[in-house]
Amino acid sequence: MNNRPSPPDREQNTDTSNLTDPVFLSELRQQMLGFALLQLADQPLAEDAVQDALMGAFKNAGSFSRRAALKTWVFAILKNKIADILRGRIKSVNASSILSDSEDEENLNTLFDTKGFWHTEERPADWDKPMEAVKSDHFWLVFDTCLNDLPESQAQVFMMREFIELESDEICDTLDISTSNLHVLLYRARLRLRECLENNWFLGGDHS
Amino acid sequence: MMNCKQATRLLSDAQERNLSFTERATLKMHVMMCAGCNNFSKQMYVLRDFAHAYTQDVKENDDKEK
Repeated sequence: MNNRPSPPDREQNTDTSNLTDPVFLSELRQQMLGFALLQLADQPLAEDAVQDALMGAFKNAGSFSRRAALKTWVFAILKNKIADILRGRIKSVNASSILSDSEDEENLNTLFDTKGFWHTEERPADWDKPMEAVKSDHFWLVFDTCLNDLPESQAQVFMMREFIELESDEICDTLDISTSNLHVLLYRARLRLRECLENNWFLGGDHS
Repeated sequence: MMNCKQATRLLSDAQERNLSFTERATLKMHVMMCAGCNNFSKQMYVLRDFAHAYTQDVKENDDKEK
């Protein structure tokens, strides 16, 4: 099934110019900034983290012949920077704002009937070969869009937990919320994210 | 009987903590009978895999295609 032609930038993976190619660099920087910004919700802080990660990457850029490997590695550095920033952060997100999305509770009730069972049209479908999706650039655009559509507090905890892989305790400490609050936020994030991916990729999407 | 709202909450929580014996037993019963929650259950793991792939999607793509 996977006879889709690779996007052009992926066919140049053997290119060794990597960090000296302004187009590649600018795209990479944009992706990193988007990633950092979602989690830090602070433009200057996010730019600093990206800058630090890129500077670190430059030192060893020569050892990466393939762009893919370089990108993975730069993102790994960035993840560490973000984790450090989040850990050291004074409780800047206040707990009441993080839990106040009561309209979101109503939103959940559109998924389930009054007895708590799935509405027929909301019932999760069987995703066909889900991991095939990660090969598609378009899928990641959909994924980013779905992540951006989450209420900010949900996107933030989801990313702290799943991308930065912080432990529950660390997230609760950083955001000053209880474990059960964290679990509620993660639950809502996962409900919405899976729904969004299902509607926009697995069932409806244009997979080109 | 456990409903889908409770079941999906436990399926999400299972990514965060060990469920109790009772929770696991009632959840298993529900998931066996409910196709929607059964799919949801699998998708919890897929979401975690997507998150892991997020920062290295290019690498995986590259490795698989060669």
